[in-house]
Amino acid sequence: MRFGWTADQVAFREAVRDLLTRACPPAVVRAAWPGGDESTVESLWTSLVELGLPDATAGLGLDEVDLVPVFEEIGYAAVPLPVVETVAVAAPLLGLEGPTRVAVASADGLVPYGRRASHVLHLDGGAAWLSAPQGVDVPTVDGSRAAIRVPKPTGPPLIDDPVRVGLAADRLALGNAAQLVGLGRRMLDMTVAYVRERKQFGVPVGSFQAVKHHLADALVQLEFAAPAVHAAAWALAGRRPERGRDVSAAVLLATEAAGRVARTAIQCHGAIGYTVEYDLHLYAKRAWAVAATCDTDAHLARLAEALDLKGAAA
Amino acid sequence: MTTDLTDTGSEAEFRAEARAWLRANVPAEPLPSGDTREGFARHVEWERRLHEARWSVVSWPERYGGRDASLWEWLIFEEEYYAAGAPQRVTQNGIFLLAPTLFEFGTEAQRDQLLPRMAAAEDLWCQGWSEPEAGSDLAGIRSTAVRDEEAGGWRLSGQKTWTTRGAFCTHVFGLFRTDPAAARHRGLTYFLVPLDAPGVTVRGFGRLDGDEGFAEVWFSDVFVPDADVLGGVGEGWRVAMATTGSERGLTLRSPGRFLAAADRLLALARAQAPSERQRERAVRAWLGARAYQLYTLRDVDALLDGVPPGARSSMNKLFWSELDVDIHEAALDILGPSAELDTAWSRGFLFSLSGPIYAGTNEIQRTVVAERVLGLPRGGA
Repeated sequence: MRFGWTADQVAFREAVRDLLTRACPPAVVRAAWPGGDESTVESLWTSLVELGLPDATAGLGLDEVDLVPVFEEIGYAAVPLPVVETVAVAAPLLGLEGPTRVAVASADGLVPYGRRASHVLHLDGGAAWLSAPQGVDVPTVDGSRAAIRVPKPTGPPLIDDPVRVGLAADRLALGNAAQLVGLGRRMLDMTVAYVRERKQFGVPVGSFQAVKHHLADALVQLEFAAPAVHAAAWALAGRRPERGRDVSAAVLLATEAAGRVARTAIQCHGAIGYTVEYDLHLYAKRAWAVAATCDTDAHLARLAEALDLKGAAA
Repeated sequence: MTTDLTDTGSEAEFRAEARAWLRANVPAEPLPSGDTREGFARHVEWERRLHEARWSVVSWPERYGGRDASLWEWLIFEEEYYAAGAPQRVTQNGIFLLAPTLFEFGTEAQRDQLLPRMAAAEDLWCQGWSEPEAGSDLAGIRSTAVRDEEAGGWRLSGQKTWTTRGAFCTHVFGLFRTDPAAARHRGLTYFLVPLDAPGVTVRGFGRLDGDEGFAEVWFSDVFVPDADVLGGVGEGWRVAMATTGSERGLTLRSPGRFLAAADRLLALARAQAPSERQRERAVRAWLGARAYQLYTLRDVDALLDGVPPGARSSMNKLFWSELDVDIHEAALDILGPSAELDTAWSRGFLFSLSGPIYAGTNEIQRTVVAERVLGLPRGGA
């Protein structure tokens, strides 16, 4: 048995983090909101291309496990681009090469980052369609999503292969789970730093037990989700029969952990956490947005089925 | 090396050997509770069979009765042990709490004398830490040990309480104050004491489940020779904290037992046609056990890479203790009106409520995690 990151995986994670610390600080996430300077977001994409990321699976030969730390960092920085969708879903499914940007539509036609993509991928059961990003802009809570709503594709699918399309859907779910772990770590780091500095009653608020216990619980929930994401990636990379169960487990743990951390982070910041001037909301809103696309009900149902526990109604 | 969650060839052989032995030897009928006098004796018989087949302390060196098993193999054994429905380990306070301390701080003579007898369930150890006025605030210990230079040892006086299985064990390891003038955390010393020593009185009493699983232990001028001090006079706190890491983290709470409990819960749910809500609870309980398993595997991997668990063991403790309550609450929910019957599930539920309290309450653990893992400032209200 072996369940750690390799030296290469650690090194690549650090390279991604170094790059994103420079290329995707909060100011760049803000620039992706309406009225911001979109060229800043384009520069970020250029940096990711230079790192070889869009073509990571074919070009760099990274598998699902290698990509977990990468997507955690994408989440940590709240990169406002369809990185998971392009790298983990479209590139391996469609054999894309080069820096194409592909967004993925949800079942009801909502496409996060649709305005920043060259193509929209639709996944529905065992089939996949590709369409142009033509649709109407829709307002979102996380203003950096550049979301559009598109009509359902008509005509025959581009790919009609339940196994391949199913794997693509699982890679998307897993990539989102990894992003949520990263987002959770970002919010926790910000909160820990804040409560160490912020003083009330003459002492740092982080010295109060009520605050400590909130943050300890958030940390525990997050750190018990992270290995499940890693394990699911391993099952998926090996095309193991339990991969569906493990991906669903990872999604459930990661969405709940990120949701918990977001609430805790805002609460422990106090009023400043309830503003848009402070950066925390950029990460909390992204976590809510990503979690909302995860269809946790479907994952709960799949997990129940894998555990041979069908519903009374089923 | 890259991730691989499957057994290696030798791990698979180890698993197969453990499984085969357990299948042939685990009692078909569950033993009576090990927290009653009769049940304890039955459990000790079981422990001796385990030892004869060299399964009682697989991770220990062979010379003390073990198999030199790796941490991975130890986890495999635990998984198989609980999946087979094997009895609770009434020797656990010795083999999982005292033994790691002996390996780290004991003299060679102490190890040679104590470990084989512990592995064979000849000596049965309980933990003498808590006192009426020293629970979460363990450093508030008032029991004393006074120097007897002439006799070459110490004279112990005071009271320990909430001592698990103290009424049935043969020995106690405990902390006593040897230097009343020193600061609270200093001046404590770790002693090893036979419970039949003159001056020791033990009274068992009922835990929440009614079993006589707790005891009070009084010491009245009990003589303990210098040879039975573990880790140096005045070093008790440091030595005891090493044991705490074992108690909270990995060694006492292997994922195997929670996975087995979650599997029993799923089986219960399948048999009962649960509602959607109950089904979801069962699935989430399994999910928690799985998360704990994977977190533990990650921890073991880090340990083997030389990363000490430190305060992270408090994170394990928070997670498994609440998970255990969740699993049992889900089961009682599914059982409906039958939940009030005296069954393994209702007993398991009552027992699970001890988890968030013993080995340092979860309130203490949250503070430890916040201060030592997250780096928040100490003190405060």
